[in-house]
Amino acid sequence: MSARRARVIGAWLLCVALAAIVVAHARYIADLSAFLPAKPTPMQRLLVDQLREGPGSRLILAALEHGGIKTRAELSIAMAHRLRQDPDFLSVSNGEQISEQHDRNFLFEHRYILSDAVTAERFTADGLKRAIGETIENLASPEGLILKSLVPRDPTGEMLEIVDQLARTAAPQSRDGAWISADGERTLLVAQTAAAGSDTDAQERALDAIRSAFTAVSRAAGTPEAASVRLMLSGPGVFAVAARSKIERAAVRLSIASSMGIIVVLLAVYRSLPALILGLLPVATGALVGIAAVALGFGVVHGITLGFGITLIGESVDYSIYFFIQSSPGAASGSMPWRQQRLWPTIRLGMLTSVCGFASLLPSGFPGLAQLGAYSISGLIAAAAVTRFVLPELLPGDFAIRDVTPLGLRIAGVQERVRRLGAALLWGTAFGLAGIALLVLYHQRESLWDRELSSLSPVPLAEQRYDAKLRGDLGAASVLDLVVVSGPDLESVLRGAERAGRTLEPLIDAKVIGGFDSPANYLPSLATQELRRGSLPDAPALRENLRQGTAGLALNSAQLAPFVNDVETARHAALITPQDLKGTSLAAGFGALILHQSDRWNALLPLHAADPAAPDIDVPRVKNALAAANSSATQLLDLKKESDALYGSYLREAIRLSLAGFAVIVVLLLAVLRSAARVARVLAPLILAVLAVAAALTLCGQRLTILHLVGMLLIVAVGSNYALFFDAHRQDGNGAGLSQTAPLTLASLCIANLSTVIGFGLLSFSQVPVLEALGTTVAPGAFLALLFAAVLTPHLPRGDAPAAPHAQ
Amino acid sequence: MMRPGLCMALLALLGTAAHAASDDLDDLMHLLAGRQHGQVNFVEQHFLAVLSRPVESSGELIYDAPDRLEKRTLQPRPESLVLAGDVLTVRRGRRDHVLDLKAYPQVLPFVESIRATLAGDRSALERIFRVDFAGSLARWTLVLVPRESQVAKTVSQVRIDGSRDNLLHVEIREADGDRSLMTLRDQPAP
Repeated sequence: MSARRARVIGAWLLCVALAAIVVAHARYIADLSAFLPAKPTPMQRLLVDQLREGPGSRLILAALEHGGIKTRAELSIAMAHRLRQDPDFLSVSNGEQISEQHDRNFLFEHRYILSDAVTAERFTADGLKRAIGETIENLASPEGLILKSLVPRDPTGEMLEIVDQLARTAAPQSRDGAWISADGERTLLVAQTAAAGSDTDAQERALDAIRSAFTAVSRAAGTPEAASVRLMLSGPGVFAVAARSKIERAAVRLSIASSMGIIVVLLAVYRSLPALILGLLPVATGALVGIAAVALGFGVVHGITLGFGITLIGESVDYSIYFFIQSSPGAASGSMPWRQQRLWPTIRLGMLTSVCGFASLLPSGFPGLAQLGAYSISGLIAAAAVTRFVLPELLPGDFAIRDVTPLGLRIAGVQERVRRLGAALLWGTAFGLAGIALLVLYHQRESLWDRELSSLSPVPLAEQRYDAKLRGDLGAASVLDLVVVSGPDLESVLRGAERAGRTLEPLIDAKVIGGFDSPANYLPSLATQELRRGSLPDAPALRENLRQGTAGLALNSAQLAPFVNDVETARHAALITPQDLKGTSLAAGFGALILHQSDRWNALLPLHAADPAAPDIDVPRVKNALAAANSSATQLLDLKKESDALYGSYLREAIRLSLAGFAVIVVLLLAVLRSAARVARVLAPLILAVLAVAAALTLCGQRLTILHLVGMLLIVAVGSNYALFFDAHRQDGNGAGLSQTAPLTLASLCIANLSTVIGFGLLSFSQVPVLEALGTTVAPGAFLALLFAAVLTPHLPRGDAPAAPHAQ
Repeated sequence: MMRPGLCMALLALLGTAAHAASDDLDDLMHLLAGRQHGQVNFVEQHFLAVLSRPVESSGELIYDAPDRLEKRTLQPRPESLVLAGDVLTVRRGRRDHVLDLKAYPQVLPFVESIRATLAGDRSALERIFRVDFAGSLARWTLVLVPRESQVAKTVSQVRIDGSRDNLLHVEIREADGDRSLMTLRDQPAP
């Protein structure tokens, strides 16, 4: 016996130690990828890449509010100056005309390769006549003032072409040198981080850098007005950081709170410190093993899985409650403290039922759900095993907890009074309730499920709206609609981007889109560069063309010798590569629009809405235009639609898997209980509880999400224990009416239920939607499951023999 | 050798003259400020060193009190330039270019000289230029010289001729010797 004890405890400690090592070395991530599919389609991969690393994911939008426009502009300029020194930011834009001498030099030097207008035709006599004629007309305009000095070197106006090319997208208006919203309320600044949006730590550092830059410059300004200016931040990184800390806070705080609640209940019941400590061992072991199993099975642990982890406390603590109470002196009739022959098979069946329910989540394409499944299964098995094998060995010889028989008897009395109403009335009421619930659900069937991914977003609606407002202010690409060109190398995607650009250009005139960004605006494909370079005539030919072309113009060819020199230089210049962009602000713009994975390049062309007030782009028209251009490597990615579609597929899959899990539970119960009637009696209270909770949530205006579905699965998992205990006692109640163990069973079920309701009830106060959804579903559901099981499981008439053998 | 008395008298005379000019400027500004709306045709000639002959453009100039000025060029190429508050919007082809005047001090004298004059806003004029009034209300000339070196880098002088509350000519001399001359004419009655 002693050797067995040593072996059991040794094996347990070894398991715990191994699990602890795995947990300590596991990688924890807290980004959106928990919501992204494990085996994505190409379109979904684009979506994933976009959400994780795309230009949109790197944007931090900052707004300065309150205070005068001038003060805000000064703060914005000072802030941007600081942030531009920080290598963590690719670019900081706030509308300033920063002296981009270097950029201008680069553009001017490479104008014959960068300008879209450069063709062989442009350098013929006719072409030159037209281009120079246009430049002369431009000289009469305000821009002419700025361009005047360039005319001898650039009479065809390529520099103006390039400036137009780069300014294809609308920028917000500037006041006092900084961008401002149309209503003048907000001064705007956009920072692009070097790190991908999925790198939450880096995003957090970037946010801190922006905040401290703001604090420093407003302190340096020193005026009361500057002190009244407020900094507001928004964007994917802001949301990710906030969500992570919120989930962490909620998970930690709520875990502590529910643990405290449960500890208080258990202390009140046990009146024994050893019992309390021993009782928490299965929970702690289960949690540790669960995380270790996820880490081993998936490589990484999603933060959200830890958030769900609380759910395990609810069920695993029940095991030890059943064990202690039913092995207490008041219950003892045999020599063994653990009346295994009766209790263990029921707990085991309850655990297997739960495992079947959670196993249905394992094949889910939604990594968050699959991890939850793995976590729960391994955690429950570990907790049950510790309860079954380790706790009896650890129990001190003089172990005693308070006798809860009186409590059980009181509960039994209440139960008995309710049951006296008669089975017919109770079952009738139950069927009535189920009917009403079904009616409610059927009536709401169209709006039953929330099909938008944002329903899971921990970002409050108010902040989502503020974000939309800032994007509207910026008139910037919402980054929700992108044309994506994929290819095996940079050159192929740049060519694709140029083709797509030619398709999109007419849509600007048609006011379908307001504009678009393209990496080819910063760096044309080598093919295009070569074509342009090759179209430049040699010096004698150009001189002759100029002589003919300028005949009759107000500009004579003798003044244009610098132009002939520059063209000659350009004819022999090297083509531009991405390395040449380094050190110019073009590198940031280019880098943000090119994504490179090991074997794949993507060029991104974010679309801008034609009308900032109506930010929705007519996606089908863009799609048709692209389809007409007939290139399979070019696709339109509608991020919101795609992510909602993805979530919709998760939801459908989760519903299917849950139903499959339910079917497996039915089969399992049929196999063990070997009676359809018994299975029906076990399941009826659970189904009724699920229906009632779903109907109640719907009536409260709550649209159901995937997490509500998980909650329903938990109701079945936890509630099956209750129903099975009642069923087991019904089979035991041979002639004794309320047998000796019945009050104890009742007491332990009620205490287990109370701890579950406390644990999940606290979750429903969480600000994190996923946790709140679980809490509001499981807390009432678990209570109803117990209630229904207690009143609906009928007594056998006295003297009746059990109809079926016990579960063994 | 001049006698001190004569000296004083001359100084006094000068003072009166200066005072008179200042009064006339106030009167002119008052007169101009009374006008809420104006729409005239313009023909503008640009004399540029780089060009062998002037470029000519024409169109309409529309003013609405207190601070909106639109220069709508029709020839040789349609183009519109709207100055409202501190924001200058240039529409060329199908695109709008929005400039913050404060970010482009070199553009300021070209537009603000005309707008502030039309608005009769003496303080706005004097913020940017030293203002010299000559002639009478019936036929006056304002010579505007930039105060700030930043502005003087592009424009050396703006000269506006007018008769009562009508502007007749605006001549802008640029620092590099280029100049433009805008001639304004009332639109023929419809």
